[in-house]
Amino acid sequence: MTARSIRGAVAATLVTALSLTAAACSNPDSPTNGSGTGTTSAVVGIAYEPDSLSPLLGYGKDGNSKIFDGLLALDADMKLRPALAAELPEVSADGLTYTYKLRPGVKFSDGKAFGAKDVVFTYRTILDAKTNNPSRTELDAVKDVTAQGEDTVVFTLKYPYAPFAQRTVLPIAPEHIAGRQDVNTGAFTTRPVGTGPYVLTKWSKGEKLSFTANPHYWGGEPEVKKFTMAIIKDDDVRATRLRSGDLDGAILPPNLAKGFEDDKAKKTYAAATYDYRTVTLPTHNKVAGDTAVRRALDVAVDRQTMVDAILNGSGKPAYGPVPTDSEWFTKGTERTHDLAAAKKILDEAGWIPGKDGVRVKDGVRAAFPLWYLTGDKLRQEHALAYASDAKKAGIAITAEAGTWEVIEPRMKHDAVLAGGGSPADPDFDQYTLLKSSLAGDGFNNMAWYDNKAVDAAIEAGRRSGDKAERKKAYDTVQRELVKNPGYTFLTHIDHLYVVDNRFGALTTQVEPHDHGLASGPWWNVEQWKPEGTADTGDTKK
Amino acid sequence: MSHRLPWGPMARMTGRRALFAVPVLLTVTFGVFAVAAASPFDPVKAYTGTAGLTASQENLDQIRANLGVDQPLVTRWWNWLTSALQGDLGDSSVMRQPVADVIAERMGWSVLLAASAFLIAILLGTGLGVLAARRPGGWLDRGVSSAAYTLEAAPAFWLGLLAIWLFALKLDVLPAGGLTDAASETVTFGQVASHLVLPAAVLGISQLPWFFLYVRQGVTDALAEDPVRGARARGLSERTVLLGHALRSGMLQMLTLIGSRVPELITGALLIETVFSWPGIAAATVEAATSVDFSLLAALTVLATAAVLLGNLLSDLLYGLADPRVAFDG
Repeated sequence: MTARSIRGAVAATLVTALSLTAAACSNPDSPTNGSGTGTTSAVVGIAYEPDSLSPLLGYGKDGNSKIFDGLLALDADMKLRPALAAELPEVSADGLTYTYKLRPGVKFSDGKAFGAKDVVFTYRTILDAKTNNPSRTELDAVKDVTAQGEDTVVFTLKYPYAPFAQRTVLPIAPEHIAGRQDVNTGAFTTRPVGTGPYVLTKWSKGEKLSFTANPHYWGGEPEVKKFTMAIIKDDDVRATRLRSGDLDGAILPPNLAKGFEDDKAKKTYAAATYDYRTVTLPTHNKVAGDTAVRRALDVAVDRQTMVDAILNGSGKPAYGPVPTDSEWFTKGTERTHDLAAAKKILDEAGWIPGKDGVRVKDGVRAAFPLWYLTGDKLRQEHALAYASDAKKAGIAITAEAGTWEVIEPRMKHDAVLAGGGSPADPDFDQYTLLKSSLAGDGFNNMAWYDNKAVDAAIEAGRRSGDKAERKKAYDTVQRELVKNPGYTFLTHIDHLYVVDNRFGALTTQVEPHDHGLASGPWWNVEQWKPEGTADTGDTKK
Repeated sequence: MSHRLPWGPMARMTGRRALFAVPVLLTVTFGVFAVAAASPFDPVKAYTGTAGLTASQENLDQIRANLGVDQPLVTRWWNWLTSALQGDLGDSSVMRQPVADVIAERMGWSVLLAASAFLIAILLGTGLGVLAARRPGGWLDRGVSSAAYTLEAAPAFWLGLLAIWLFALKLDVLPAGGLTDAASETVTFGQVASHLVLPAAVLGISQLPWFFLYVRQGVTDALAEDPVRGARARGLSERTVLLGHALRSGMLQMLTLIGSRVPELITGALLIETVFSWPGIAAATVEAATSVDFSLLAALTVLATAAVLLGNLLSDLLYGLADPRVAFDG
């Protein structure tokens, strides 16, 4: 199970306890910031700060890194389009070789030319064991990467891996700078240089990241010339500063976003996500590992009420890692809330209610603990709602709080309220969540889920280059999850953003669990056309 | 004081203290490594953050080895110590930067904040103390004294939150935090000055009660002593008596206080920097501690310990100078 921690929501909720702790600087002196000279500048409030800005250490691996470009990029519909590559890659018939022709004439912001050597350097450095990149496993399929001349890069894979092209949105670092420093601690990690639409002017840690438009950007100079991301961990402070005009946009939790509904000058954007919350049902737990208990919990849980009560309606019931509105979702696998059916499943399986209402089978009491991350209010509420729904069916679940240090050693036997979600390809979540050989490998397959049919299907899904075949494979996975749910998926959570109207109508991508710098309506800030600048009708391309 | 300064005894005391500082610093750094190793936080988890929760075990183990945190405690401490003595403070894992760079970038802002706060506390504390001692039991004395006792009990971070709420959110007259406004890219004097007011005032005011109470007590006592009564009898003006005689002997106690308040000032700055997003060294200490960043934590602890030892030395030197009866034998 990939319990991508929810640093985000933690920061959002835990910090409430610390109250105003992380207030970045408010700007009461200059309320004119919102208009006036502001037409070509934008200041947005975000809740998270990257640890490093080096792609070699994992920054921007899912694209939209502002400072850098990948070989490919994802558009508003999450379709791949060429970026530093001149076109989509050529894939060999056996799916083992990917050939990228590079875009000619691209320069890094320091004026040096971009070339095949930079691509090779970036990928080889990430694959190097001495590089502290925690996402290296995502490039597990890569056997080698080589340059063919100045403008062609060839990847050879160890095994056919259909979603490989999705991985190549990873940003490319300049060899002539990053190659001369310590990859883990060199100045490049905090003062990066890339080919991207923006150049980092200042990173004041804990406070803000300031960018200025790259005038020589190969995709045309952005019209928003100055772009600032203020790091404000406290939700209330972020909302206050948005209202005061210090910020032009911000990510907000549903209850605070509601406060801007009547504000005519601002618009709220709800980004659909793959960001799920789920309960792991460990195979090695006598109760949670029992198929009847798993199936009963799957229908006993009232997902719609969770969406309405916990998420204020900003989300969707989840039945698996794939959201119901995704093209990869298997129609007909939705589970309806049916307490009577849950009780029937348990009765038939021999789980008989004891004196205290908790069911018992062969002397085993239907009870197990459910851990959630300390301070994460969202997970806590999901855990409590889940325990309360389970109780109605006669299963006693006790919600307990702990840090990952406490939870990790217990994951084999205890249930965990986990979160995750990577939208770019159905393989990304399902493989690491469900593959039996990954059971207990770090935070992969936290439930130790073990199902031969699922193993075969997810393997087929990643190896086949044919979309129809892949769809069939993932349909099999989702149907198997109805028969034997190793996890109870609860909700997919929408991410809410409030942005000033003067930037026009904006879009959002389908967002992952992690709120990186890439998320939000500013995923494509380089293409924004603020009012007052587009008057000439002349757009540089 | 017109007589020559006793350079010899002062230098001897400084030397003795410097020798004494060596085992103290060694013990403190080892203590930091031991406590950090025993802490429930995992440095690899802190380093990898969210990405670590999707990483494979092999990947995490490799990072553990790269960071060197898989080695035993004593080895780690010894490696750190030997390279630190050669001038290499190591790399901060949480900041992804050499420790020396982290300190160089942030030290100045912390010193600015702490010095401003200390200045506020000393000047305001002394001034109010003298005024209160002049009329013990008067409205000023009673008002300020009770406020001082209340402030003594109030935690600095609580004062900080209160100040943000009042001045930044309600009155909207001062910025709530940071070094400069969000939209500003350059660090200008005006920006820093306006952003310094709240944190420095809060930190200063949280330290003020001690100075106030000491000066008030010292001056009150001095006013009752023979030299002061003699001065009054000779018909010297109240002003001369108060500032020339009473304050001078009352200040003695405050000099010792300056040294002993340094640790309090450092812990106070720790909280204040966090509350106000001040990009100083103290804020980095908090991050280093929660992320079990051994190199940074050890370097910062050495710095803090050195500051405390220096503060004590300074106040002992000053005391010896101000009161010849006290010998430089510390």
